[in-house]
Amino acid sequence: MSETTTAPTELPVYMLRDGFDPAPELGALRETERVGRARSPFGIDVWVLTRHDDVRAALADSARFSNAAPVRGVPGMPKMDEATIRRMRAGNPLLVDPPEHTRLRRFLTPEFTVRRMRRLEPRIHEIVDERLDAMQRSGPPADLIAEFALPVPSLVICELLGVPPEDRAGFEHRTGRLLNMSIPVDERMRLQAESRAYMSGLVAREQREPGEAMLGMLVREHGDDLSTDELIGIANILLIAGHETTSNMLGLGTLALLRHPDQLALLRDDPDAVGPAVEELLRWLSIVHTGVVRTTTTEVEIGGTRIPAGELVVFALPAANRDPGATTDPDRLDVTRGEVGHLAFGHGVHHCLGAPLARLEMRVAYPALLRRFPGLAEVPGTAAFRSFHVVYGLTELQVTW
Amino acid sequence: MSDAETATVRVIADRDVCIGAGMCVYADDTVFDQDDDGLVVLLVEEPPDGEGVRRAVQTCPSGALRLAGR
Repeated sequence: MSETTTAPTELPVYMLRDGFDPAPELGALRETERVGRARSPFGIDVWVLTRHDDVRAALADSARFSNAAPVRGVPGMPKMDEATIRRMRAGNPLLVDPPEHTRLRRFLTPEFTVRRMRRLEPRIHEIVDERLDAMQRSGPPADLIAEFALPVPSLVICELLGVPPEDRAGFEHRTGRLLNMSIPVDERMRLQAESRAYMSGLVAREQREPGEAMLGMLVREHGDDLSTDELIGIANILLIAGHETTSNMLGLGTLALLRHPDQLALLRDDPDAVGPAVEELLRWLSIVHTGVVRTTTTEVEIGGTRIPAGELVVFALPAANRDPGATTDPDRLDVTRGEVGHLAFGHGVHHCLGAPLARLEMRVAYPALLRRFPGLAEVPGTAAFRSFHVVYGLTELQVTW
Repeated sequence: MSDAETATVRVIADRDVCIGAGMCVYADDTVFDQDDDGLVVLLVEEPPDGEGVRRAVQTCPSGALRLAGR
């Protein structure tokens, strides 16, 4: 039992950071070996792709780089029977390839169109303004993560899905620990089961009485096409992905701007600068270290390195997004860069479903925060970068204004 | 110069491949739209050869867009 509860003490190279930057050794790997080897936090050896072109090509190639990894023993993971594993994976579009992926994703694409997002925009402004009002009422200092960066996306996804906002503390806590690789795998498995159990309660309620939000829509319009396990899986991944990612962009992005005041001023003062600035923050911060691990379906060759069939491959997104072969002066934060083609949302058929929502939330939240509190400043020494997490970010950031 | 400015390109959109990411609509909403299912709809089949159209083709995550003859 004792070895099943050990947490990783060393992070793989693709999760190493130095403040806002990928660790120097990750950049060095990209410039020298191009394709690296690392041991994942699960204790499994993986190949690491680092260059922009390699990562982009592999992300687009779901035939040779499969998301439907065969279930294999992970050190420390409790034994589970096939049926349990199948149930836990059901409905997660990130764990299947086309055509199954296409089937699942198409239930959701109508909910994330550009037009839908435009309709949602006024409500996002309201949610952002309510949080800013609350911060203003309590007065400085405030933890920007707990008071703004986390609640804004959480409340938005609650409303979109039809999850009761009063359940926020519970699911935020679960997700935060579930994605924390320093927490032993058996506890994280337990949290995953808890999170599914919570969602199965919500899905059962919607099945009795479908509401107006996305869960109700899925039950009403696709109740015959989706199994209950799939509904639970879809809702669960939307809830987790919907708050944990954008919240870290809001927190870490704000700190990045506070430490680059000239860039902050551009974003705050010019509405036309906001869109490109959000893209640049996505590129420069690349908070998702790798996305979902892929399995090679055949032998592949990348820059002279042969990777046999059946091997695990991860894509080092921060390295790819700072590749001098793809972006000029890539380590400089330049909100006027105006280049597109970053891989922060991935690429290929698994490109982030919620990207339009994330973009909208950031385009509303950053300028609203910076205009409400023109004197916003970090309390020195309080920014706590978190390393052991699937999504990079801050656990705390005290600010004054 | 004027020839280059008025040149058009023929865009081909494969709706079977499209995943509804909407990146093309962000790139140029005078050429690209999404239907109720989120899938790409071409508003103009032969738009002027412009930066937005090229960006849409280049950044389309699923590879559903291409320019004819290229």
